[in-house]
Amino acid sequence: MWDYSEKVREHFFNPRNAGLLDGANGVGDVGSIKCGDALRLMLKVDPDSEKIVEAGFQTFGCGSAIASSSALTEIIKGKTLDEALKVSNQDIADYLDGLPPEKMHCSVMGREALQAAVANYRGEVWKDDHEEGALICKCFAVDAVLIEEVVRVNSLTTVEQVAHFTKAGGGCASCHEGIEEILAKVSKEACTAPTAATKPTPASVAAAAPAAAPKLTNFQRIRKIEETVEAIRPMLQRDHGDIEIVEIDGKNIYVNLKGACVGCMMEAATLNGIQTKLVEALGEFVRLLPAAMLGKAQ
Amino acid sequence: MNDAPIYLDNNATTACDPAVVSAMLPFFTEQFGNPSSMHSFGNKVGFALKEARAKVQALLGAEHDSEIVFTSCGTESDSTAILSALKAQPERNQIITTAVEHPAILTLCEYLEKEGYAITRLGVDKRGRLDMDEYKAALGPRTAIVSAMWANNESGTIFPVEQMAELAHAAGAQFHTDAVQAVGKIAIDLKKTKIDMLSLSGHKLHAPKGVGVLYLRRGTRYRPLLRGGHQERGRRAGTENAASIVGLGVACEQAQQQMAFENTAVKRLRDRLEAGILAQVPRCFPTGDVTNRLPNTSNIAFEFIEGEAILLLLNKAGIAASSGSACTSGSLEPSHVMRAMGIPYTAAHGTTRFSLSRYNTESEIDRVIAAVPPIIAQLRKISPYWGEKGPVEKPEDAFAPAYA
Repeated sequence: MWDYSEKVREHFFNPRNAGLLDGANGVGDVGSIKCGDALRLMLKVDPDSEKIVEAGFQTFGCGSAIASSSALTEIIKGKTLDEALKVSNQDIADYLDGLPPEKMHCSVMGREALQAAVANYRGEVWKDDHEEGALICKCFAVDAVLIEEVVRVNSLTTVEQVAHFTKAGGGCASCHEGIEEILAKVSKEACTAPTAATKPTPASVAAAAPAAAPKLTNFQRIRKIEETVEAIRPMLQRDHGDIEIVEIDGKNIYVNLKGACVGCMMEAATLNGIQTKLVEALGEFVRLLPAAMLGKAQ
Repeated sequence: MNDAPIYLDNNATTACDPAVVSAMLPFFTEQFGNPSSMHSFGNKVGFALKEARAKVQALLGAEHDSEIVFTSCGTESDSTAILSALKAQPERNQIITTAVEHPAILTLCEYLEKEGYAITRLGVDKRGRLDMDEYKAALGPRTAIVSAMWANNESGTIFPVEQMAELAHAAGAQFHTDAVQAVGKIAIDLKKTKIDMLSLSGHKLHAPKGVGVLYLRRGTRYRPLLRGGHQERGRRAGTENAASIVGLGVACEQAQQQMAFENTAVKRLRDRLEAGILAQVPRCFPTGDVTNRLPNTSNIAFEFIEGEAILLLLNKAGIAASSGSACTSGSLEPSHVMRAMGIPYTAAHGTTRFSLSRYNTESEIDRVIAAVPPIIAQLRKISPYWGEKGPVEKPEDAFAPAYA
């Protein structure tokens, strides 16, 4: 049984605005019966104010798909189209007090239906290249298609790198076999692909994707690390935690986690997430380590 | 009116029989000995295991009691059987199985395929039946083992495993059957067959979870999965789960006594349930081979709605069932069994399995027959594939999403 919130149950058992909406002037269809999820969002928009006067939905899908559709119609009613377009899938999930990671795609579908319906009202064509694979990492809801793409684009070769780039595998680690399989598959393709000869096979990530970034001076580099960590601090502080940089030694950056971060179950995941940000910002591969490791790591 | 919850998910697991529980209790307290020990503490437990083994032997119709090997579950028995056949016959590298097996077999085969073994997965027709000519053609000198389930967990469809075992033997291959759904529901007499190995799982027949059996025909070449102590004559090391084995013995004894009841009274309730639903709900149909299936199972496909939503509403009405929908498993594809049978996507996501036991009553079935139609109607009302009076014309065209 899924761990659905009370709010999800309530919206499933008593869906708001379900059924055909008469006089709808913006309709968005997403999903398909093949995937087991299909949603039609119907909007009645006031042409003068562009306000959504009424919203209705029809959904073929599971409990959380129906609840997400119901929530979406409640959220957007009374909003202007531009305001409504700012609603993210996370807003839908938050409205329902959260969704299980396997079910986050239900909220994504809601947002896509909204975009499609608005496009339909405005006489535009909405196209989405949305593709979704089997869920690999349940801690961070990362699917196979995304992992494969990131592995291919960045020529990743280890599970650790995949965790840095996508967060997948950075939590409970039980999906590492699945990630290794994707890595093996991509590396096999790279070996047999006819273009393999022209494609550099990098020994490390540092030499791979971000190689194009201009080389920073030592001073610029330290400033950049500091800026990146500073930008993350408010997020940690919101959860009553904090972080400070202790030492920068080559590719190793030593930090102290403070407050609620200390001993938190997600400590490793937090470090991984910050590390990903640093790798992106610096354009080189760096490791984020707890200060306790100072002098121990090679 | 009595509205206690109604349990119709017995193919998932069953309630422990009260007699099973009371037989087990002493083995948590005074009968704590290790059956391998020489002293009286161990001795008594050893005798209890012997008695349980004889009861399992009787239910399966095994020729010798030493052919019964206790394991921890059906999955362990399945893995043991297949890996043993490969280890014992290194000159053979092919496994023949079916597309509708339990994940305990299919996932293992997928893994073995990556390791280099050749896997042949036999398809089924729209009623879930195998093509015996396809099977005969697949058998060859490299076939190490054939593994086919006795009865399907989702549709209840029964495979001709006795005949299949004969054919496997003729090709020099071993034959294994995953019979976790069949044991206790249909009569089995292994000594009259050529079946080499059979898996059963305690919790499917009113014994506790965490105990299973691998039937291993005398003379079948075998390599253990777990090596260690001499338990189970060295064929499955590890101290015996004494309490659960004792419970399984009692459950097997009861299953044998109830076999006729299962195939008359339970079957009648199942038929009544199915007929009652089919008569009231438009656009639904039973899946599998309805003329040759388990007496307790009915799997009905409700078109244009999704299974998890059905289950949640049934659950709210106090009815426990299960579904082949993608959403109940967390994957994006509906049940592999329904897809193998070619059930269209418009129906596969809405398949709902009702599996009964000898504890279900007539009045419970009446309540379910009354509860299902409004639930289906309610969900169809909000489905984009369903119009005022029935399914929309050409559902796939009428509903044209930007991506599919």
